[in-house]
Amino acid sequence: MQSFIRKPSILMAGLFVSLLGATSLANAQSLQIKQWAASCAACHGTDGYSEGGMASLAGQNKAEMIKKMNEYKTGKRVATIMHQLSKGYTDEQIEQISAYFASLPAEKPVAKTK
Amino acid sequence: MQRREFIQLVGAGAAATTLVGCASTQIDAKNAKVLVIGGGYGGATAAKYVRKFSNYTADVTLIEPNQNFISCPMSNLVIGGSKKMEDITVSYAGLSKNHGVKLVKDYVVSVDVAKKQVKLAGGSTLFYDRLIVSPGIDLTYDKLPGMLKPNAQNEVLHAWKAGEQTVGLRKQLESMKNGGVFAISIPLAPYRCPPGPYERACQVADYFQKNKPKSKVLILDANDDVTSKPGLFKLAWSRRYAGMVEYRGKHNLTDVDVKGKTLKFEFNDDIKADVLNVLPPMRAGSIAVKTGLANMNARWCEVDFLTFESKVAPNVHVLGDSIQIAPGMPKSGHMANQHGKTCAAAVVAILSGAEINQLPVYNNTCYSFVSAEEVVHVASVHTYDAAKKTMVTVPGSGGVSAAANPLEGEYANAWARNIWADMLV
Repeated sequence: MQSFIRKPSILMAGLFVSLLGATSLANAQSLQIKQWAASCAACHGTDGYSEGGMASLAGQNKAEMIKKMNEYKTGKRVATIMHQLSKGYTDEQIEQISAYFASLPAEKPVAKTK
Repeated sequence: MQRREFIQLVGAGAAATTLVGCASTQIDAKNAKVLVIGGGYGGATAAKYVRKFSNYTADVTLIEPNQNFISCPMSNLVIGGSKKMEDITVSYAGLSKNHGVKLVKDYVVSVDVAKKQVKLAGGSTLFYDRLIVSPGIDLTYDKLPGMLKPNAQNEVLHAWKAGEQTVGLRKQLESMKNGGVFAISIPLAPYRCPPGPYERACQVADYFQKNKPKSKVLILDANDDVTSKPGLFKLAWSRRYAGMVEYRGKHNLTDVDVKGKTLKFEFNDDIKADVLNVLPPMRAGSIAVKTGLANMNARWCEVDFLTFESKVAPNVHVLGDSIQIAPGMPKSGHMANQHGKTCAAAVVAILSGAEINQLPVYNNTCYSFVSAEEVVHVASVHTYDAAKKTMVTVPGSGGVSAAANPLEGEYANAWARNIWADMLV
């Protein structure tokens, strides 16, 4: 029994450490993706909720957004500016940014002050 | 003992799993104090996004002397007459109401980097864990003796900080006779808003064309050539404003005879005009210079582009027009907004113990109105180069408009609505 308990203890301790590492990494990835996505917000509104005159990105379909960005890149989709900006983002960045906006509700939540 | 230890570890493991399960909501800045100096495109954005990215766990105070934000981008349209001051003015109230940013209406008189404290003109002292300095630019007249005479700076305006002088320059144009000359002097780059002076020339020409068609616009540029969107601006001057606008490069201003309304240059003949608009050389806002943050020729502030932390002062971050820019990076409001978010993410990572984003990527978009309705843009995307330790423009990205067009005029107005809300609402 003793050996049974000890081994899992070591395993659990190792797991605990690696999970803490993963938490820090997940936060970093999350802040990284939020920074990338926030670079779109200057024109498309905070979190992709447009104030009008630009497309809202929040709650849009991820695959559709990726497809559009790729069409801007290739020139298949005509634009005034997005054909130039889309070329500055990697496929991975476009995928993560699209996933971020797709994860948000399409309707802007009521602002909450804390 | 061993059994209890086992149970404790299982408990700890379960807690860790929970943490990972909702990692994005676990960022906790532990009520750390973040002070932001300056509520422009950089500072206001940083204040809002430190609150947002920290899940509202950082304590953020914005120190800004003005009641309302007045935008420099779009302010040339007030000078041209197609917009009013209220169209480019936004209240700071949304930052406190919607995001819990504490607003302090005051000036900073000194920063003690060692003690991590800031003294305000009103007499109080504020402490910080992280300080974000976004003071914009100062206009320097020390090389233009005539501008140092009493009242000179009230007569020859810059209108390069939107506000009273924007209104003042508009009034000077309104009082000018039909057949008069407007002369704008542009300093050597880098200066705030590279296309701004050329857009202003277009706006003044648009006003003259509609109201004072015998008048002239003279652009006297210290640079060799137009520094932004040269082809598009030159086309506007030669076609749209043929015979009205004249561009002259390599005109380095050395003095201004304010009473005689005359500009004096290093190598060129004096130029007399009815309305003078002098954009003097610029440097980082005075609080940055006073604090020693402007380590590049006592002019601009060098930063680490992963965090925007000053290269000379720990725990102090600098944003916007006052930084020593990376290659290809303009001093623009849009860029300062992007600095604000990148800095906010880094500050939150530092305060919450998360890893700092090692690959920031962001963009710039500058719309310029060549008339009251038609617009040309320049756009670029910037990413971190780990080997060079700076931001670089992504090869193949960015560009300019094919031609001036009214559709981008609508987009420019939408850009303004969206970016102002992104900073302030």
